[in-house]
Amino acid sequence: MTIAIPSLDLDCGATLAPVDIAYESWGELNSARSNAILILHAFSGDSHAAGHGGWWEAMIGPGRAFDTNRYFIVCSNVLGGCRGTTGPGSKNPATGKPYAMQFPVITVGDMVRLQARLADQLGVGKWLAVAGGSMGGMQALEWAVAYPERVASAIVIAATAKHSAQQIAFNEVGRQAIVADPDWCGGNYYGQALPARGLAVARMVGHITYMSDASMREKFGRRLRGKDAFGFDFSVDFEVESYLRYRGSQFVERFDANSYLYITKAMDYFDLSAGRRSLAEVFAEAKTRFLILSFTSDWLYPTYQSIEIVTALRRWNGDVAFCELSSSYGHDAFLVDTREQAEIVTGFLARTSESLR
Amino acid sequence: MRVREVYGRSDYAIIGEIVEPGAKVLDLGCGEGELLVWLIENKRVNGRGVELSPDRVRKAIARGASVFQGDFENALEDYPDAAFDYVILSETLQETKSPLKVLNSMLRVGKRAIVAFPNFGHWRVRMAHLVSGRAPKTRLFPHDWYSSPNIHFLTVEDFELLASEQNWRLEKKIFLRGARTVKSWPNLRAEIAVFLLSRGVN
Repeated sequence: MTIAIPSLDLDCGATLAPVDIAYESWGELNSARSNAILILHAFSGDSHAAGHGGWWEAMIGPGRAFDTNRYFIVCSNVLGGCRGTTGPGSKNPATGKPYAMQFPVITVGDMVRLQARLADQLGVGKWLAVAGGSMGGMQALEWAVAYPERVASAIVIAATAKHSAQQIAFNEVGRQAIVADPDWCGGNYYGQALPARGLAVARMVGHITYMSDASMREKFGRRLRGKDAFGFDFSVDFEVESYLRYRGSQFVERFDANSYLYITKAMDYFDLSAGRRSLAEVFAEAKTRFLILSFTSDWLYPTYQSIEIVTALRRWNGDVAFCELSSSYGHDAFLVDTREQAEIVTGFLARTSESLR
Repeated sequence: MRVREVYGRSDYAIIGEIVEPGAKVLDLGCGEGELLVWLIENKRVNGRGVELSPDRVRKAIARGASVFQGDFENALEDYPDAAFDYVILSETLQETKSPLKVLNSMLRVGKRAIVAFPNFGHWRVRMAHLVSGRAPKTRLFPHDWYSSPNIHFLTVEDFELLASEQNWRLEKKIFLRGARTVKSWPNLRAEIAVFLLSRGVN
């Protein structure tokens, strides 16, 4: 489904008009409108969270943690994306051509402001929960801070209250790989050859940061790809090279390089405590129940970043549950290692909906 | 007098009777959140918990308790003053590194503290030590010295002495032997002591 919003004011000062927002939903909104849950996708995700091939299929569905028999589940594509919501690849009404680099720089705050408009349209005054991992967790935090009265609980998985120098650094490597591709053409590549090599390299770097040393060792080791001995050339020797190249080339087919630039920039700008004395001050008015989860082997969004959020909440005696889950899958754990997550989320949601009654 | 049991624990039942409905409660070393969930469901408390073991934290959150994974001896410092009506420490005092610091922190972040601990002065403990000449092992203290989580042993007398030195007000004392309360000679006869305390006026 797609809803058109006449205009949206952005943090950079620009106004975007009109704005399409693509979303999917599962389950039914109850008569009290008290069972709505907003699922927030990570950097390269889309609105297809549940159902066949959904990126969080294991977590959302009948009888699952986000139980579609009990809850009304909504997931939308983020602002700046390339899967139905307005982004740099969308048509600029002023020129009739794709925005490309004319697209204004957006923030996580802008993404959430657009989602709030979607909530208005759907008749959801207050979410039972907003939930997501990685950039989805950052949006969940932003929701709780920007609209405390509209969020009963926030589930923040493998996320942070602000991007670190290391996180910005990896994003910048990805952006530079794209911009350095001669096919990028200053962003005006629509309708011609895509900056496929640059985008693929960006994705390769991304995939390395999503795994862990242990998970790569287990998955690839030093195994060779389709050969018994080194090729003594620069074709693919190792299994891990083959995997990264495959994931890189696959990504090019489903993701827009300019969206990569804009969304990673939004993540890098994210800092909940910007303009405040401390992160704790941000949560002074928090009325939301928080569930914060991190993973032992996640070195991209390390546990200390989750603990920072938890500590800030506890300074005001905020309602927060926190657990570091054991997993060897690195940052990817929130997508693939779902058994314990599901157990925790089920209980957390049940208690939250009970407390609203 | 026989007391009820909550999850097979009579000290839980005693704590459940002390805490009034709707109170703000922090449970230190809350395990899998049994007491906390009981208080939430039966007393509608606004409850929080701290627990070190990730497995127990996971189970506690899955039960619906707002539990935070961490070491409460450090974590206590982060809470504001008088944030809770009750701070509970149930049979864990003897496992803490700095019991006095913990107790003072509990009385800073809570208006009242509830402390339950196994009494090292119980006659069986005394006998076990006297007769065997070894570190006492009893039903109450079942561990070998080298694998015991207990690092600070205390008796009912010890606690009362400390309370008077620190000018704490002991608002309630309940002594338990199994599921029965003990009225006389608590330092000899009580297995578990439960104290409700607050800071005295200076």
